[in-house]
Amino acid sequence: MALLEIRNLSVEFATHSGKFRAVDGVDVTVDEGELLAIVGESGSGKSVSMLALMGLLPWTATVTADKLEFDGHDLRKISARARRRIIGKDISMIFQEPISSLNPAFTIGWQIKESLRKHTNMSRSQRQDRAVELMRQVGIPAPEKRLQAYPHQLSGGMSQRAMIAMALANKPKLLIADEPTTALDVTIQAQILELLTDLQKNSGMALVLITHDMGVVAETVQRVQVQYAGQRVELQEVDGLFENPHHPYTAALLAALPERATEKRLPTIPGVVPGQFDRPQGCLFSPRCSFADARCIAERPTPAGHDLGYALCHYPLIDGQPTGKENAA
Amino acid sequence: MLSFLARRLLTFVPTFVGVTLIAFAFIRLLPGDPILLMAGERGVSAERYEQLRQQFGFDQPIWQQYLDYVAGIFQGDLGTSFVTKRPVLDEFMALFPATVELGLCAIILATLIGIPAGVIAAVNRGKFFDQALMSTALVGYSMPIFWWALLLIIVFSGWLGWTPVSGRMGLVYFINGPTGFMLIDSLLSGQSGAFRSAVAHLILPTVALATIPLAVIARQTRSAMLEVLGEDYVRTARAKGMSPVRVNGVHALRNALIPVVTVIGLSVGTLLAGAILTETIFSWPGIGKWMVDSIFRRDYQVVQGGLLLIALVVMIVNLLVDVLYGFINPKIRKG
Repeated sequence: MALLEIRNLSVEFATHSGKFRAVDGVDVTVDEGELLAIVGESGSGKSVSMLALMGLLPWTATVTADKLEFDGHDLRKISARARRRIIGKDISMIFQEPISSLNPAFTIGWQIKESLRKHTNMSRSQRQDRAVELMRQVGIPAPEKRLQAYPHQLSGGMSQRAMIAMALANKPKLLIADEPTTALDVTIQAQILELLTDLQKNSGMALVLITHDMGVVAETVQRVQVQYAGQRVELQEVDGLFENPHHPYTAALLAALPERATEKRLPTIPGVVPGQFDRPQGCLFSPRCSFADARCIAERPTPAGHDLGYALCHYPLIDGQPTGKENAA
Repeated sequence: MLSFLARRLLTFVPTFVGVTLIAFAFIRLLPGDPILLMAGERGVSAERYEQLRQQFGFDQPIWQQYLDYVAGIFQGDLGTSFVTKRPVLDEFMALFPATVELGLCAIILATLIGIPAGVIAAVNRGKFFDQALMSTALVGYSMPIFWWALLLIIVFSGWLGWTPVSGRMGLVYFINGPTGFMLIDSLLSGQSGAFRSAVAHLILPTVALATIPLAVIARQTRSAMLEVLGEDYVRTARAKGMSPVRVNGVHALRNALIPVVTVIGLSVGTLLAGAILTETIFSWPGIGKWMVDSIFRRDYQVVQGGLLLIALVVMIVNLLVDVLYGFINPKIRKG
């Protein structure tokens, strides 16, 4: 059974100039103990869909979904109070900026133990022991001492480790890591990723890794969900995705990886993700797609089948070549 | 923390020198001869004039006068009142508790109402409570204290008769307690009704004096909270499943308090300035009224000494605020 099942999730923000749809009919399924990556450019609605799940969006956001189920709880119907018993316990989340995500006014220990106090019945000394254990688990040296440190006394990598310790405090079933390495040095990035994947393997929790780094995806995850402009455009096992991307956007993302470049100049995807006012009528990727034709510009595509990675495309690619054009012509 | 305190104490020195210079220059910068001014309309004989000049040290060179003055300060000699013939320091110490009592009550009232009001306004930004509170705060901030105090007296003492018009204590009670704080002394005295009378006398001056700091604190809390509420760590706290009360009241407020504490500390200066008006209007026997009375009586020694002591109080309060600041903001403590 799926641990997390999201069907047709949409998030709209009320802005001064009307509604802006940041997430547009996204499906996400995460099985127990699974490692899923959600990739896409900035503005593709990766973080927003997960923040919607956590109930962390500002009041200007309207969340709708056909299904929003976690571990048997229907999160659409649940009260705010009941949701707070789940988030921070069974689902936890770490963020992009570890340094600013920790409260500067409290010690690391206080912040970890607060989570334990909220969700468990542990005594004071049990909480202390558990906090030390957590700090050790995430590879922080001298845990007793570091528990008394304030966030500004920790480096970025250490802060992210402390954030992970805090997120793991109540042994969550699902950890959402929202670009956990983006703000860190390259050398530290690898360490943090390794830590996360090790923890996922050893503890059996599911991990959703939000990233825009395809290199990270190749090394770590099992399944990959590619999002573009608030929609899911492809979902595949990682090997299949890298060998044979079915959506032109995925193909373009992969072609832009430095390791894969064959030409002297690195290929780029021209243009930017559509915003509030330049949303295309047909396929959202059509203005930037090298395969697009009149049908792409006019008509919205529907997802292809499992074999074609659920590609949201009129002409899903097979071995880099669009298919189905003949029928349409 | 200790080195922070030591460094902070060092900055006391130049400030103290500055304050003594100003207080010292005060009498000497007044137009006309200080002795003739002190003597007033009756004038003074040439013989007596020379005697007074020597007594006050005006015949010495100016730097010598200053050094004598500072040396006097360190021996607790701030001069003697021309009117009462009592040492300025004694008078100050006798009246200071009354001002502290009023000031403390005002700052406590302003803080207890101002901080929660600011938090609630920030959390409900743009909604009715926020707009109502901020307009009220603007009115409170812009209102002249003397007018507001008179209005309070007219309504609550005059029309409604709920509170006494002036003074610290009903005339039927005689309180001469150990602390100088009427609220405590009246309780210790055991005279029935004395405490009630002390409270009743305190209410209006406290409200009048608290109005401006209250408005400032509420506005500062609101803007600091608005800034903090957008921070990543507030989102982290919510992601931990913390209740809105805890997220706003602990995680956000603790950080928002840093600028608010500064404002509270700074408003102690405003409070002492405000006390001069408030005490005068309510005949509150504190140092504010004492200063005003001394100015009217041309009791320059008192004005000079009082000026210095009030400045000293503000300096000490600011030091305390800085120490408190270190407790709230760990970045400063370790720095």
